[in-house]
Amino acid sequence: MLITISQLIIGSVDLTAAFLLMFGLWRMASPVTAPSGILVAGVGMLAAIGASFLYVFTVDAAARPHLPLNIGLAAAALIIGAGVAWWSGRRVAITAMPQAVALFNGMGGGAAGAIAAVELFGGQTHGATQLIVTLLGALIGSISLSGSVIAWAKLDSLLKKPLNLPGLQWFNGLVLLLGVLVGGYMVYGAAGGGTPVIAMSHLIEIFFGIALVYGILMTLPIGGADMPVVISVYNAFTGLAVGLEGFVLQNPALMIAGMLVGAAGLLLTLLMAQAMNRSVAKILFASFGPGKKRKQGAIKGSLKPVQASDAGIFMRYAKSVIIVPGYGLAVSQGQGKLYDFVKLLQAAGVSVKFAIHPVAGRMPGQMDVLLAEAGVPYDIIVQLADINDEFKDADVALVIGANDVVNPEARTDKTSPIYGMPILNADMAKKCYVVKRGDGKGYAGIVNPLFYADNTFMVYGDAAAVCTSMTEAVRGLGAPAAAA
Amino acid sequence: MSYQIHIDGFVALYIFMVTAFAGWVIIGRVPAILHTPLMSGSNFVHGIVVVGGLFTLLSASTPLEQTIGFVAVLLGAGNVAGGFAVTQRMLAMFKTSGHGSVHATHGVRHAKSAKHAAPAAVKSISPKKT
Repeated sequence: MLITISQLIIGSVDLTAAFLLMFGLWRMASPVTAPSGILVAGVGMLAAIGASFLYVFTVDAAARPHLPLNIGLAAAALIIGAGVAWWSGRRVAITAMPQAVALFNGMGGGAAGAIAAVELFGGQTHGATQLIVTLLGALIGSISLSGSVIAWAKLDSLLKKPLNLPGLQWFNGLVLLLGVLVGGYMVYGAAGGGTPVIAMSHLIEIFFGIALVYGILMTLPIGGADMPVVISVYNAFTGLAVGLEGFVLQNPALMIAGMLVGAAGLLLTLLMAQAMNRSVAKILFASFGPGKKRKQGAIKGSLKPVQASDAGIFMRYAKSVIIVPGYGLAVSQGQGKLYDFVKLLQAAGVSVKFAIHPVAGRMPGQMDVLLAEAGVPYDIIVQLADINDEFKDADVALVIGANDVVNPEARTDKTSPIYGMPILNADMAKKCYVVKRGDGKGYAGIVNPLFYADNTFMVYGDAAAVCTSMTEAVRGLGAPAAAA
Repeated sequence: MSYQIHIDGFVALYIFMVTAFAGWVIIGRVPAILHTPLMSGSNFVHGIVVVGGLFTLLSASTPLEQTIGFVAVLLGAGNVAGGFAVTQRMLAMFKTSGHGSVHATHGVRHAKSAKHAAPAAVKSISPKKT
């Protein structure tokens, strides 16, 4: 009786939770409803976690003597895991969001892998189908765990350079093949194909080892600017792994939530790849190597440096300014100072808009979050497709810490590695200021002809410092009363 | 009467198919401006794996199972709590001009400011294929 009631309650709570999680994501369709969406999803999640303690009434006889310890362990793991993550999630800087998301995502993958490990070590899988699904979930979850940790280290600048060894991709392919072979051998052995030469428990260990190593090797060669795609791929991976383990545990809530995220991750990955005009396979398995030297056509014009104060004052008397923020702005944490400057311009009657490229920053939409943190209202933040025609009418395009996303070569030069990538038309504005720390090339390693154009002027310096000098210069003019 | 859930191969495939389709449609409505909170929010959603971890840990009967089960719940709980904290913080920052919220500058803002702000015309993107 107790078992039936428990099953009934768990079943209905999980059903409700699955609905609330879906509904929560549904409400993410607009910045107005999104904050309530995450709360709705949170309620569903809490209910599901609470209800899962009713499993104590349904466990089989073998586990019953261990229940008191297991309950204690479960409570401890929940409190420690949630406590530490909540604490760090609350205080992580907005600029460090990508690595935080990568880390939390890896945790989910690790959890899915660990569940698979328990099922495998305990020999609780029945039949070849379940075993294959368990192994698949274990493989994907483990790759997501170790890959996300590497992605986190890269985003946190603990790992600086992408690893570029000749033949690495072939080696990685062999490692993955080996993992699949070990998994296949386990299925073969379990399906009655004779006693394995190596004990099953060792095979499981080897399998997980290979999966974890593959995740590391797969992520190491990928460079910083491709991280939006990597994070979104691993997000999809974890979702998929959770969905598969949900099938093994016969829990439809896990299957639905996992698959939902799997589809979401896939869609975001494709959108990112499309914005870079590169295939997902190329991003993951081929890096922009310095190996191939390409003759870039001679660039006409010269770099024309100007003072930040002059640039600031010019914009003060312009009619319309479009700002193109890039990763450099995030690095210098200059978003607040930039918005101070923008407010001065707005007070002086200048129309200011922000133009966002889909792959600006280190994760999809990072610039939007960065500007939101500074207090920039989202109705003056405009995406590429909606603003690109406005550049030709703008007096000034202010490019801050962005490079490849405004490189006109993508439109004209067929031999360029970024040819075909949609770019922001900053070069079409009447005047273009580029805030940059030095003459360095962009991530793609190519010279940007925009910087040499006749109407482009370079403002050298850290983005935050430049914004401060521009603000001071405009204030020095004796700004109109409203600007205070 | 039993409420034991039992999902076989094909039923599972049907569930996966319908969910993947629903996920594609739901996520396709989200505007690019919310892609980071979306990614972090979907990151939170797959934290439901902690429920599977709890089931595994509670049914564990050997020290090995208990250890790995503990790790599963620990990581899953981290996924849930971290994913929620980060997403909620990010979403609380989005707001429109209008409503005087422009004057607020730095620091923590409350989710309310975005909820009560005038709804702006935010174009939703649809999943485009190349």
